[in-house]
Amino acid sequence: MSDRAEGAAAVRADGLDVRRGGKTVLRGVCLELPAGRVCALVGPNGGGKTTFLETAAGLLRPHKGTVRLLGADPDSDSGRARLAFVGQDKPLYPRLTVADTLRMGRDLNPGWRPDLAARMLGERIPEQARIGSLSGGQRTRVALALAMGKAADVLLLDEPLADLDPLSRHHVTSVLMSDAAERGTSIVMSSHVLAELEGVADELLLLDNGGVRMSGPVDEALADHRLLTGSTAETAPQDVPALPGVVEARTRGRRTTLLVRGDGTLPGGPWQSEEPSLETLLMSYLRSPESPPWIACHPGETVPEATHTGAAA
Amino acid sequence: MTVIEYRIERRSGVPTYQQIVRQTEQALRLGLLRPGDKLPTAREVVEATAVNPNTVLKAYRELERSGLVEPRPGLGTFVLRTLGVGETDSELRDELQRWTARARRAGLEKEDVIALVTSVVEREFTGGAADGGAGARTRKARTS
Repeated sequence: MSDRAEGAAAVRADGLDVRRGGKTVLRGVCLELPAGRVCALVGPNGGGKTTFLETAAGLLRPHKGTVRLLGADPDSDSGRARLAFVGQDKPLYPRLTVADTLRMGRDLNPGWRPDLAARMLGERIPEQARIGSLSGGQRTRVALALAMGKAADVLLLDEPLADLDPLSRHHVTSVLMSDAAERGTSIVMSSHVLAELEGVADELLLLDNGGVRMSGPVDEALADHRLLTGSTAETAPQDVPALPGVVEARTRGRRTTLLVRGDGTLPGGPWQSEEPSLETLLMSYLRSPESPPWIACHPGETVPEATHTGAAA
Repeated sequence: MTVIEYRIERRSGVPTYQQIVRQTEQALRLGLLRPGDKLPTAREVVEATAVNPNTVLKAYRELERSGLVEPRPGLGTFVLRTLGVGETDSELRDELQRWTARARRAGLEKEDVIALVTSVVEREFTGGAADGGAGARTRKARTS
């Protein structure tokens, strides 16, 4: 694979295997997250979200395969300069004040943007407070402010909204989205709260059991699936789950609900057909681990196979 | 200065860009937005609602396609025409009003009525529905 410095994907993985504590957490991951987009990274606990983010941030070395961040090795000077990573543990110095912490950010980062950091921090966190005296949510804001101030091209955020109250969540999301609008920042953020991603993410990555289950633009993912509802009596539900394209079939009393791929033309009975919500779509894939992955074709790209054979370096 | 403020309901199940489109159309129907008015910039919407900027642009493109707004480079997006409530509309509304009152007298709850209307509307507007054509004709015959 050739690395293209210009027009390169925000994150690209080829045949990526990552081990952690002797266990293979990511297996044969091939994906491409286009630059300038907001990618929602979702999946069950232990699905590989954190490992993927830490590998993309250059903190974990792949056992096999490669990961590239805007065409660069994330564990190189040029890679590190272009990314900012905020992990779930948010390591900050508890004895430093908020102002000290931001000063440290300024001293360590050549392209420091105090305005961006201040915007993320907001007005409600006293600059003279020590980090150790802040609440979990406030610490998250400081960690995110450090990442914003770096003015990186790619933001890798692991559960950035998890310990924020609704008001802070709105503030943080709105600052992130404004940054995406102004600077075209690529953002990859993991989240458990699926409904929160509606309208925020335009790119989707679902990792489960160490592999890619869904990858592509949110619009396409939604348009490529239909939610069908029909009466159990009319639709012969016992035959339906075996039909090709059926991701998930659920029968509740007299109603059968199907999530299907494609235009949703199914034999047997009248179906009421609608576009699923993002949350419904993700839930269906999460509940059906045996259904084949959905991977969108990016224009001009060959779709990487889910498994990579003979790719050992 | 903003003439319209969008309110995004994330758990509604309605795609965000559609919420923006619908709220704009609603404002046009109610006369809150008039031809010549400037829609907020994508930046302003993003700051207020915390949605993805591409989502706002997608909604504006859709409004542009339906001829309701027009982007003027460097200036913003402007309202071109309004969505008036015509005579047929008020006639239909009266009819629906009477029907709804009847449904209520028959003991239906608000949710029952909405579910019933939704299922009929879905059938009517779904292209492949077997009884779609017949339904459309019935409606025309009734309103004329």
